[in-house]
Amino acid sequence: MANIKIPESKIEELRGICKKFNNDSGELINVLHSAQVLFGYLPAEVQELIAEELNVSVAHVYGVVTFYSFFSMLPKGRHPISICMGTACYVRGAEKVLEEFKRLLKVKVGETTDDGKFSLSCLRCVGACGLAPVVTIGERVYGRVAAEDVKKILGEY
Amino acid sequence: MEIVKLIIDDKPVVVEKGTTILDAAKTIGVKVPSLCYMKLEDMNFENKPGGCRICVVEVEGRRNLAPACKTECDEGMVVKTHTVRVVNARRTVMELILSDHPAECLTCAKSGECELQTMAQNLGIREIHFKGEQSKYKGDKSPAIIREMDKCIMCRRCETACNDVQTVGVLSAINRGFNAVVAPAFEMDLDHSTCTYCGQCVAVCPTGALTERDYTWKVIEALVDPEKIVIVQTAPAVRAALGESFGMEPGTLVTGKMAAALRKLGFDYVFDTDFAADLTIMEEGAEILDRLGRFLNGDKEVKLPILTSCCPGWVNFLEHHFPEMKDIPSTAKSPQQMFGAIAKSYFAEQLQVPREKLMVVSVMPCLAKKYECTRPEFSVNGDPDVNVSISTRELAQLIRNANLDFKSLPDEEFDNPLGASTGASVIFGTTGGVIEAAVRTAYELFTQKQLEKVDFEELRGMDGIRQATVDFNGLPINIGIAHGLGNARKLLEDIKAGKSTFHAIEIMACPGGCIGGGGQPYHHGDVEILRKRQRAIYQEDAGKPIRKSHENPYIKKLYEEYLGKPLSDKSHELLHTHYFDKKKKVEINH
Repeated sequence: MANIKIPESKIEELRGICKKFNNDSGELINVLHSAQVLFGYLPAEVQELIAEELNVSVAHVYGVVTFYSFFSMLPKGRHPISICMGTACYVRGAEKVLEEFKRLLKVKVGETTDDGKFSLSCLRCVGACGLAPVVTIGERVYGRVAAEDVKKILGEY
Repeated sequence: MEIVKLIIDDKPVVVEKGTTILDAAKTIGVKVPSLCYMKLEDMNFENKPGGCRICVVEVEGRRNLAPACKTECDEGMVVKTHTVRVVNARRTVMELILSDHPAECLTCAKSGECELQTMAQNLGIREIHFKGEQSKYKGDKSPAIIREMDKCIMCRRCETACNDVQTVGVLSAINRGFNAVVAPAFEMDLDHSTCTYCGQCVAVCPTGALTERDYTWKVIEALVDPEKIVIVQTAPAVRAALGESFGMEPGTLVTGKMAAALRKLGFDYVFDTDFAADLTIMEEGAEILDRLGRFLNGDKEVKLPILTSCCPGWVNFLEHHFPEMKDIPSTAKSPQQMFGAIAKSYFAEQLQVPREKLMVVSVMPCLAKKYECTRPEFSVNGDPDVNVSISTRELAQLIRNANLDFKSLPDEEFDNPLGASTGASVIFGTTGGVIEAAVRTAYELFTQKQLEKVDFEELRGMDGIRQATVDFNGLPINIGIAHGLGNARKLLEDIKAGKSTFHAIEIMACPGGCIGGGGQPYHHGDVEILRKRQRAIYQEDAGKPIRKSHENPYIKKLYEEYLGKPLSDKSHELLHTHYFDKKKKVEINH
């Protein structure tokens, strides 16, 4: 994460987001939502810029970002992997699938691989319980995934 | 004004609507124990997150106990502050807090001054029935402040001090649940943040989570080193507070006892920062008159108002938050640094020893001074002008270490030449004092007339922002005073907006000025202590035979023998500095 800087092209867009919310510090959460859509995550530089625009301390912005699990300071991988931990998937062994992804990618939930290829997260139910356990990678949905299948799935990317 | 009547502990109470149970109870002499709650009257400091739950009381008709600090009084309320249920709840709450607190009281820097420890004692906790996970957080050791967040109880007082009072905004609660901790943005260490080291977070922390960086051992090592000549300088505000550490009444002046104690500790020369404060006035006063003179002659380039520069917390604030104004303050160094520069040049030459042989120790009411003496511009070939800065509290610790009976020490004098001072230098220790000292000298130099009265009552007081106009023989000089960085910010914003009509402004980072410094004995929320220290400072000034800096005979001698005159080349070399732009810039990838 250390060397990631904001691309210049997106700075005006970010300032525009702040302006849309009247640079009002009370709108911090909404600004952060929009900024995360724009960048995919909320790196330190984005938080610093938002703090400057909304005239609040960076510590305050960081406090809000770390309070809500929706906000992420880590960039998503090129292929974001989500494992469904909803009831149906869970009882059909989603946890074992997750463990296998963690083992093979050497990352924890919420992290991205060093090469930026994959990121790993969990979600609750994608509405395809009949296919449990379900894994999504990008837009693609994999059903009835077993731990043994994980290696082959990753090999597709 | 709407009033409400209620009963607290069987006594009728009448209070204004909106008053909390905690405050209402105080009016009848009932002190409900509280921990996270803290209010500093007149200082824009009220911390009541209602988080610790120690102050719970029983309210008739309510199922749950109510936190007294957050619950407003209602008409007809019946409150009991000391029932078995209340006491049991408080003990449970305390045990839960302690279950996630390291039991290191014997070796903790805060032991004896810790509000958590006192509360646990008062509640008679002898056993902790809850066992569970302990918070672990990385240590953070800056040159001035140490953070040990394992000891934090999340009272949030430090955040209130940093954000509401000082508007520095370094600290915030981050993460959530068990992982929540108070930290700077991105969990960086303080020395990477925009912290000013004012130490007001340390001043209000109830536990050992925030303490000063302790340098007493470095001092002891120097004192026992036969190769070193160890010189000590003591800031004005120290003498008005040190006695508190030995059970003396707040506001007791202990100047003579302090000098005696320092001599007994083994310092070779017991000098006074007050001497350097007089020197500061000579330089800063000359600068004020210089800028004023140029302004009156129609010079459009001249920067007015001039801002005082003796407070390193304020200088840090300027460099981090208002770097675009860095050419506005006086370039005069702080008295601590002026003292160091003169001790290691003028005085070293008098002793005919190389400067490296001298060890200069400062005793300060301040934590920012610890950082200030590490600034590279204040050293010569790696040898700092001031080697070590210790706080008032650390001096008290040294005195206890040495087993001195402080209260019964006889009064002694400072050594000369760097121990001689005037009343003008003493008042540096309180808000309004620096500018009053400057006015005393600037007035006489500007008007060539003797002041009939040296006391400028209009500059004194405790209001956060004060202003007064002083008549310089027909020329009205507008003076502003701010203490507490939040108040300073207001005056700075005005200057930035071109709205300021002041000629000179005094700024002190800490509420009350140095008497309320982050290195002073803990006030534990009692603001009256600061007022008593302030009275002591003015009392010391009034008792001084000489009360104007330019009349200090040793200052005159220093200029005759060494510096020439104020703002001379030699003065600039030794006594003046410059400021840096330390504002964090957002890094952009082009």
